[in-house]
Amino acid sequence: MSPTLAGFLAAFIAGFVLITFMLVSAIFAVWLERKVAARIQDRLGPTRVGGKFGWLQTLADGLKLLFKEDLVPRDADQVLFRIGPYIALAGSFLAFIVLPFGNGVVPVDLNIAVFFMLAVMSTEIFGVILGGYGSGSKWAVFGAMREAAQIVSYEVPMAICVLVPVIVAGTMSLSAFGHQQNGMFWNWFVFHDPFTFAAFWTYFTCATASCKRAPFDLAEAESELVAGFHTEYSGFRWLIFFMAEYGSMVAVSGIAILLFLGGWHTGLLPRPWAGDLSETFLGTFVGNVLNVLVFVMKCYLLVFVMMWVRWTLPRLRIDQVMMTCLKYFLPISCFLLLGVSLWQAALAPWWFKYPMALGCVGLFVAMVVKIVLTPSTLPVAGLSGMWNAPAPNYGLLPSPLPGKRE
Amino acid sequence: MSFQVFLFYLLAGLTGLCAISVVVTQNIVRAAAWLLFTLAGVSGILFFLGANFVGATQLLVYVGGTLVLVVFGVMLTAQGPFITMKTGAAEWAVSTLVGLLLYGVLATAILTRTKTNDFATGPATQQGGELTRSTVLGESLLGIEQATPKANVTGVPAEKRKDLPSKGERSPVGYLLPFEIVSVHLLVVLIGAAYLARTKRRRQAEGGQPAPRVEGS
Repeated sequence: MSPTLAGFLAAFIAGFVLITFMLVSAIFAVWLERKVAARIQDRLGPTRVGGKFGWLQTLADGLKLLFKEDLVPRDADQVLFRIGPYIALAGSFLAFIVLPFGNGVVPVDLNIAVFFMLAVMSTEIFGVILGGYGSGSKWAVFGAMREAAQIVSYEVPMAICVLVPVIVAGTMSLSAFGHQQNGMFWNWFVFHDPFTFAAFWTYFTCATASCKRAPFDLAEAESELVAGFHTEYSGFRWLIFFMAEYGSMVAVSGIAILLFLGGWHTGLLPRPWAGDLSETFLGTFVGNVLNVLVFVMKCYLLVFVMMWVRWTLPRLRIDQVMMTCLKYFLPISCFLLLGVSLWQAALAPWWFKYPMALGCVGLFVAMVVKIVLTPSTLPVAGLSGMWNAPAPNYGLLPSPLPGKRE
Repeated sequence: MSFQVFLFYLLAGLTGLCAISVVVTQNIVRAAAWLLFTLAGVSGILFFLGANFVGATQLLVYVGGTLVLVVFGVMLTAQGPFITMKTGAAEWAVSTLVGLLLYGVLATAILTRTKTNDFATGPATQQGGELTRSTVLGESLLGIEQATPKANVTGVPAEKRKDLPSKGERSPVGYLLPFEIVSVHLLVVLIGAAYLARTKRRRQAEGGQPAPRVEGS
């Protein structure tokens, strides 16, 4: 086989596997989103399609969307309206090219992989903006304008937060990040020092905003803008927008896992199993399959957190979104960058460093314990603002709304 | 023609077509969309040539930052749903002339090749310092590997630079200049955005009465 043909085949297989992974995770994430939303709202969610848990609900939805008519509104800009979803999907998909799923399981091992991922994912907004503008609808234009303002603002603190672990690791290669966090979980960069610990939460919040997920989903904002930028979309093009959204959720979660949470290492099991599984007696192939599984599970865990946040928190107003970014996240991320630079410049002595790092681990454990142990009850009293008003009762049954009971 | 060369010509041709479309199209937002494809194509060429960092920077700064702001400005200032721009015949003539002149200069610079200015052994590299010939500049603009002057493009003398690769290694320095030249379009973008977003003065009617305020101005 000639080298050209071999390279072509390798590229084809890698692209095929990647796009399959992205679309299958989109299908899984949509199903998960429906189940999570249902459970949080005390419902059951899909239960019937494809067996007990409604496994095939998303496939049925996708099939339905495929057969829907591909409408283009009369007032729309035909070209922009049609290419918008594809631009969004391309930007989301390209990020996966440099994302390592395991020890060496990466199509292109760039030495600036983090930077590349941020760069190509910044082009994803363009699909939203052009599609929203090209729709020829006021709701869509408002959604696209909000999206443009929001993403351009949130990219700045997100990129600065990415720089914090980059300074610790001294590299921008995601594979090198994975190798450096080998071993038990206190080797993960999130527990390296207080600044990386804070940077992880800041990054994750900014990433949620840059995926236009609730509580930052101002570009869609069903209660204000009908459906925001995709008001006029139907059928398959609408589906492509959502594939792009779920794809980029997995991508930003992958960045977070690799930068902060130990990449493809389990970090929990006893000695030989904590680190790189492909270096144990399992051999390269089986170990790497397990590595990929660990990495993908970690990604889905962060995606689950994003859904949890979405169905728990109310949507912010657009001015609150911008204020959160420019007044809080930007100064916080600049402070973290400065702090981690001083930390890495060895200004902190060892008797200060180790207690601080251990304190981060303790804080994290305490947060998890608090979340798990807090009983889930309806917040009947103690809320502020409009929630504190007496719940309206129209002379029917006792009101199910949270609020002060009379 | 190898597969890589074919890919390069495909990418370059598509980028060129998109660049022409930016100029030819009259719809301002569509022009921005074509500009998106042009810039993405240029960064694709940079990735293709192995200049990953410059390519990613191109995407992040121009596509993710500048172009979004341009479209944002257009959306904020557009008075109709899809505004079109009419270009006069004189403007066409002048810009075609300027474009052809620039093309001629670049083509001459690239294609002129003297004996003394050979690829690796020319005087430009033998003197170890200054970049004297337009040929070297033009060829490094195109990213031709052998003609890439060792550190001469940036204007820093070779003996003062420590990050130079050893002989025979590929140097990404030659791609810095085209990247900087492309960045000139930022200036154009700024001027255009300022023009679009400026406060439109209300014209005084003949009788001294102010004309009715145009919606959106």
